[in-house]
Amino acid sequence: MMPNTAVTGAGEQDGRCIPIHLTINGVAHHLSVAPWTSLLDLLREKLDLTGTKKGCDHGQCGACTVLVDGCRMNSCLVLAVTRDGADVTTVEGLGTVDDLHPMQQAFVDHDAFQCGYCTSGQIVSAVGLVAEGRTGSRAQIRELMSGNLCRCGAYPNIVDAIVEVAAGAREGGEPMQ
Amino acid sequence: MPTTAPKIIGYQQNRVDGPMKVTGGARYAAEFTPSDLHHGYVVCSPVARGTIRHIDATAAMAFPGVVEVFTHENRPDTAWMDRNYQDQVAPPGHPFRPLYDDRVLYSGQPIALVIADSFEAARDAAALVRIEIKVADHQTDIMAAQARAYVPPKGRFGISGPPSSRGDFGVAFAGAPVRIDADYRVAVEHHNPMEPHATTVEWMGDGAITVHDKIQGVMNSQKYVTGVFGMKAKDVHVVTPFVGGGFGSGLRPQYQLFLAVMAATALKRSVRVVLTRDQMWTHVHRPHTLQTVKLGATTDGRLTALSHEAIAGTSTFEDHQEVVVNWSGMLYHCPNAEFSYRLAQLDTYTPSDMRAPGAALGLFALESAMDELAQAVNIDPVELRLRNYSEKDENRNKRFSSKALRACYEQGGQAFEWSRRSPEPRSVRDGRELVGMGMATGVWEARTTILSARATLRSDGTLNVATASADIGTGTYTILAQIAAETMGLDIGQVSANLGDSDYPASPVEGGSWTAASAGNAVRMACEAVRSDLLSHARTLAGSPLNDASEEDVIFANGRIMLKTDHERSVTYADVLKGHGLDRLEAEKTNLPHFLAKLRYVGYTHSAVFAEVRVDEQLGQVRVTRLVIAAAAGRILNPQTARSQIMGAAVMAIGKTLEEETFTDHRFGRFMNHNLAEYHIPVNADVDRIDVIFVDEEDDALSSMDVKGLGELGIVGTGAAIANAIFNATGRRIRDLPITLDKLL
Repeated sequence: MMPNTAVTGAGEQDGRCIPIHLTINGVAHHLSVAPWTSLLDLLREKLDLTGTKKGCDHGQCGACTVLVDGCRMNSCLVLAVTRDGADVTTVEGLGTVDDLHPMQQAFVDHDAFQCGYCTSGQIVSAVGLVAEGRTGSRAQIRELMSGNLCRCGAYPNIVDAIVEVAAGAREGGEPMQ
Repeated sequence: MPTTAPKIIGYQQNRVDGPMKVTGGARYAAEFTPSDLHHGYVVCSPVARGTIRHIDATAAMAFPGVVEVFTHENRPDTAWMDRNYQDQVAPPGHPFRPLYDDRVLYSGQPIALVIADSFEAARDAAALVRIEIKVADHQTDIMAAQARAYVPPKGRFGISGPPSSRGDFGVAFAGAPVRIDADYRVAVEHHNPMEPHATTVEWMGDGAITVHDKIQGVMNSQKYVTGVFGMKAKDVHVVTPFVGGGFGSGLRPQYQLFLAVMAATALKRSVRVVLTRDQMWTHVHRPHTLQTVKLGATTDGRLTALSHEAIAGTSTFEDHQEVVVNWSGMLYHCPNAEFSYRLAQLDTYTPSDMRAPGAALGLFALESAMDELAQAVNIDPVELRLRNYSEKDENRNKRFSSKALRACYEQGGQAFEWSRRSPEPRSVRDGRELVGMGMATGVWEARTTILSARATLRSDGTLNVATASADIGTGTYTILAQIAAETMGLDIGQVSANLGDSDYPASPVEGGSWTAASAGNAVRMACEAVRSDLLSHARTLAGSPLNDASEEDVIFANGRIMLKTDHERSVTYADVLKGHGLDRLEAEKTNLPHFLAKLRYVGYTHSAVFAEVRVDEQLGQVRVTRLVIAAAAGRILNPQTARSQIMGAAVMAIGKTLEEETFTDHRFGRFMNHNLAEYHIPVNADVDRIDVIFVDEEDDALSSMDVKGLGELGIVGTGAAIANAIFNATGRRIRDLPITLDKLL
């Protein structure tokens, strides 16, 4: 795919922006980013990747969870310029409406969300968790998904969805991202 | 009407908006980004009461990227009459007016708005705004303010005041052989939907604006903006297709709507204002509430006297009111009863409805007291409730439109294996944990409201239904698509549902659990009207196979109108429209409450909640290991989304009962733990097994589709069931929510 070039607004005028390269959902981006811009704000405000949500901006809710080089991270706590060269996966990079990722499909099938606002973070976190291979029991899943708050209270359904996908992954089903 | 089409209503159906939500494609209020967008950052008052002497915005204005700092001194003119600020669900009083004058009414009040070309610049510059406030005395402590509690002089629309007293409570209570007299306290809670409140205003260039507001009803935002800014409704288009949770916090427009519209219209450019998570503690909350319940009973547990009193916090400018005590007068039979509900003014923002407002408070007190009574008379808590079962609403002397609560007790108790419960407190131990079981009754009003919907059948045979109502996560999109698909004889994949646009047929806010019954019936009626119209057109088609057919002679299924007696004689919907050269058939219908039936009947949903807890004896840590909620809520449209509604509310009840408390430092009059690390809501690890049972219940007296609503029912009762289980586990009766571990040690 064609590389994308973009700059962030603030700091651009006085030359305080820093050039970085990120691969986001498989697309190469050459960006000029102010040093104070979080990865979350970069995604949402500059790249219009609004699937990643801002719930607290303090690393307390998990709505902004993305995979950075495969690891679950709160993108609100990551300054974008510190991740030059990183590979970032957001919810938009997992699947599409017509071709859902197995975790996305499981969330739909198990009604693992209501309002949908924490859902992107839950799904990305769940994909990361399955990849970590730490889905041995419901108790383990509950503990390791506790960084992703859901005010609608869909937790039991979220666990059901993860249990299903993790079982599929163990049986050599679709590989996890 | 008989149909061979597959039944869709009442069957499990994945959310139709699910794929949008799981791919990140659903856009919320802060996720519309016009090219000329500017960002607003709110500066809040650090003091609870006072007068602003001076605001120095010089440094902020000099910050790169800043275009304006709005304060009360330079804001554009807005309306001056209270009624212009009163939204659809405003309580009596003087609505708060952001940036109106120099008065500070509560800590956290917005007093300046910084507008810049980036979010970061606005945030940084906001820290440079210098504010000088002459501080005045404040009162934020309800324990002190309750001495001046008062009966609100004007009732809130749609909220029943406390019931009239009946019999003679004083005499009956004094003479009762068994008496319970207890005080209950429920802490301030904040709604904290995962989506912070946000408004994006798109400046359309011709004086018109498109507003994306976090609101549980777009027409409420539209009414507010037209009232406050003197704009015409046609120039204020409010579009909010997705709401990231509400729980009541989005019923009334919050101050970011005012600020974003003010800035956009003044600067003639698009503006977005997003509240930070800590600013989510600068508007609505569930009020701090004090209650006293007195029960008098015979030694065999029959209630002879009941009194329920409540004092709830409100602001100094509005009388927010909830139905707290009334439930005690209708849930059980009792000949002598009295009630009181008063308010105490505090220097806070006006509280607002939070999931099952009033009921989640009142039922905690009543159902805790009933558990105390069960213990006192040594009768099983379920049996005690059955002995006092009410056959009518004794507050209003009306019949229940339906009440399958007995079935809830029975089926819930069986599923939970309630018979295994040891009635002796502190008698079951498993390792270092004490194990307990408790139960409680839940109740919520089944209401319907005036609400309109439109159905549009297109020439390709697909159907769209639309109403201005909202889906705040409740599943409204899905149940409306189900109802429309079944009524029109279409596959659900051929139906689309649209919500959250002020151009759609009128709807009030989504709240109070009235949307499914009201919007569902409006959609059904609109589809039926389209169906009739379609048949008329089918009969007059050239060479129609249905030329003399009446509605009784045909079925609508699989996108065709067919003769019942000969399915070969049929025509597709698409061919009917094409044959007449029509691109659509459309109908709009309005659901009306059954006003006549309401003279005789009252509608409620009921539940029986059973809880199992484990309490670490040394640490006081409580785990809710099992919840069974048996609900009687009329006809269930979609068991999957319905279960999620009950389950989600039960999770909120776990938070309410064990975790959630906003602390106030009364020296400063300020909420202290305004973040999600210090204000604890349930996390995944806190929630174990939750079983939901829907008992059969028919109810056609008040709802055209037998539908009653589910949004609140899972939280009422659940708090008391958990508290009662904690008593059973530990022998400790905690009447003060949340039940944090310090109260159990």
